[in-house]
Amino acid sequence: MRRILSILLENEAGALSRIVGLFSQRGYNIETLTVAPTQDESLSRITITTRGDERVLEQITKQVNKLVDVLKITDLTEGPHIERELMLIKLRAQGAKREEIKRTADIFRGQIVDVTPTIYTVQLTGPSDKLDAFIDAVRDVTEIVETVRSGVSGIARGERSLGV
Amino acid sequence: MTKTPRSDQAGQGQLMLSGAQMVCQSLSDLGIKHIFGYPGGSVLDIYDALFQHGDIEHILVRHEQAAVHAADAYSRATGKVGVCLVTSGPGATNTLTGIATAYMDSVPLVVLSGNVPTYLIGNDAFQENDMIGCSRPIVKHSFLCKKAEEIPAAIAKAFYIAATGRPGPVVVDLPKDTQNPALKFPYHLPRDIKLRSYNPTVKGHGRQIKKALETLLAAKRPVIYVGGGAIACDAAPLVTRFAELLGMPVTCTLMGLGAFPGTHKQSLGMLGMHGTFEANKAMHNSDCILAVGARFDDRVTNNVAKFCPQATILHIDIDPTSISKTVTAHVPIVGSVDHVLQQMLDELEAHPVRPNEAALGEWWQTINNWRARKCLTYTDSTETIKPQKVIETLYKITQGDAYITSDVGQHQMFAALYYPFAKPRRWINSGGLGTMGFGLPAAMGVQKAFPEAVVACVTGDGSIQMNIQELSTCLQYGLPIKIISLNNAQLGMVKQWQDMFYSNRHSQSYMESMPDFVKLAEAYGHVGMRVSDPADLERAMSEAFAMTNRLVFMDIQVDQAEHVYPMHIKFGAMDDMYLSKTERT
Repeated sequence: MRRILSILLENEAGALSRIVGLFSQRGYNIETLTVAPTQDESLSRITITTRGDERVLEQITKQVNKLVDVLKITDLTEGPHIERELMLIKLRAQGAKREEIKRTADIFRGQIVDVTPTIYTVQLTGPSDKLDAFIDAVRDVTEIVETVRSGVSGIARGERSLGV
Repeated sequence: MTKTPRSDQAGQGQLMLSGAQMVCQSLSDLGIKHIFGYPGGSVLDIYDALFQHGDIEHILVRHEQAAVHAADAYSRATGKVGVCLVTSGPGATNTLTGIATAYMDSVPLVVLSGNVPTYLIGNDAFQENDMIGCSRPIVKHSFLCKKAEEIPAAIAKAFYIAATGRPGPVVVDLPKDTQNPALKFPYHLPRDIKLRSYNPTVKGHGRQIKKALETLLAAKRPVIYVGGGAIACDAAPLVTRFAELLGMPVTCTLMGLGAFPGTHKQSLGMLGMHGTFEANKAMHNSDCILAVGARFDDRVTNNVAKFCPQATILHIDIDPTSISKTVTAHVPIVGSVDHVLQQMLDELEAHPVRPNEAALGEWWQTINNWRARKCLTYTDSTETIKPQKVIETLYKITQGDAYITSDVGQHQMFAALYYPFAKPRRWINSGGLGTMGFGLPAAMGVQKAFPEAVVACVTGDGSIQMNIQELSTCLQYGLPIKIISLNNAQLGMVKQWQDMFYSNRHSQSYMESMPDFVKLAEAYGHVGMRVSDPADLERAMSEAFAMTNRLVFMDIQVDQAEHVYPMHIKFGAMDDMYLSKTERT
């Protein structure tokens, strides 16, 4: 089962490598990972998407919590939450295809952020499955030259928050 | 500079120290008397400061791995944090086996490693190595100091983290330029360490404790299963009080030996892969297991799917990751064993409910029938020395009161089974990592901590050669260790498996060109003894132990064919065991 884990940790050199090292060392899977400082510069926030059953998830949560640098970890998928990922996708855009790409991007509420006579670069934000769906839709229309995705960032809905 | 005043007292002038001096001052302010290490380019400034400081005794080993094992055993024997100091590059990488050993057995250590100057980090400089990266999976935490001013706080935090919660090794990496003796900075050692991201739970949850006690008291076939966690927090007296109050059987893991006296009438001995028949039988047939600072290691459980099918599991552990990792705990209690057992004893005092006497009596009757199997019986010989006999003789001569360090292999299991430890911190072995070469440096650490104590290193011809160079350290510091080497000219445990599971194909388990250990000991300035006749064993060992101020290397030529039994049958349940070469359950 896919899970979104949010981790709050000390913004120290090497803290990220302890998390990543833990996942590889214990054979846990990382699908996406994002990391950046928070409004409090002494803290970093990591979002990891992973897969595993209840037992594995429980171990992951405990093992991450055991790291000295980690303040908190929560499984966002346990409650209502918002999940967003950013994708930049570079598409071959020539002739009649230019119009079809534009229409498809509009349907997905994507924006064309760079244009050349042969290329459209589309920016798209949303849950990961929306980005997947756009790729599937546009693949039939034209050649995908390049994609880059930010990985998932997530936050709980309402009052629930991850803080010190 | 000697005996600098403590800087954190109000009204005193600010003490100005170099980074190298800060290392020494922090250590002595934290009460450190001994450190084990080996100098090199990146720590010369620290060694110079140490030389001038004078308060800390440094023990110069012959290989950095030995420094860590010695500091580790010093810690296991005393309960204090062990400290070692090594240089960058190979000095640091040589410590990794030792650090991993301490990590697996939850031993509090602080490893200070030098590094190349900060401006050379990442440049493939001479003797550069990413120590923080290399050690990351095997440390509890690590610090890289980039400025001299950071050193005292990093060291103070390292000691705090190493010793609290589930103990473990902490690395402090010190680039050479942070040690510069020419640059002085204000020295301040923080005393009251608080970390917002690290707050181990020590006290158990009241409701869980009540629930666990109710379940345990209602059980008809209870077993108390005690691990190294009980020793780490000095809870052995509480374990005994608790077990005696309830009259329940107790079994200890390899790491837990001594947490409950092996000589006690309620003791079932060690459990697990080479556990006793009665301990493994009792576990398998139990209806309630109270795990006390033990982690259901694979060397204990055998096949987890077949593990103790009728038992309700009550699990006390300070580390939440140990709970329900391999075996699901029905009643988990996160907390330190000493706190939780005290809470349980308080609860028992307030509500004097006791176990069902009739059921417990019946359970003991069953257990005594298993005991009658006398699974540790072996056929003694007048021709060859049996390894079991060596340990029994050692027990007799040391009156069961020695510090025993061991290496890894058959001799380790024989020592664990045939030397019933009555006290905690007397059995010093590498349980989790299984590090050959641990025994001799470990004995050095123990002897340094307790100069008057009887310290014996039970080893084998394979293991002893993995850190044999430390005989030189023992001479330098006059450490009168007794090395009891069970020499079968084989890698005994490997050979046992090859005998049992590889149709006697002894691939690389036979040691040709064995050195003359007697001459070797003599070459290092010690006493060497060779014993091959069973009739000479006891007398020779008495002579060895009578030489209280000399290291004696006893090269004891033992039966090459002997196997360690009982032994779990692979993929079986706790009670599936080989009992001898011809018998199995």
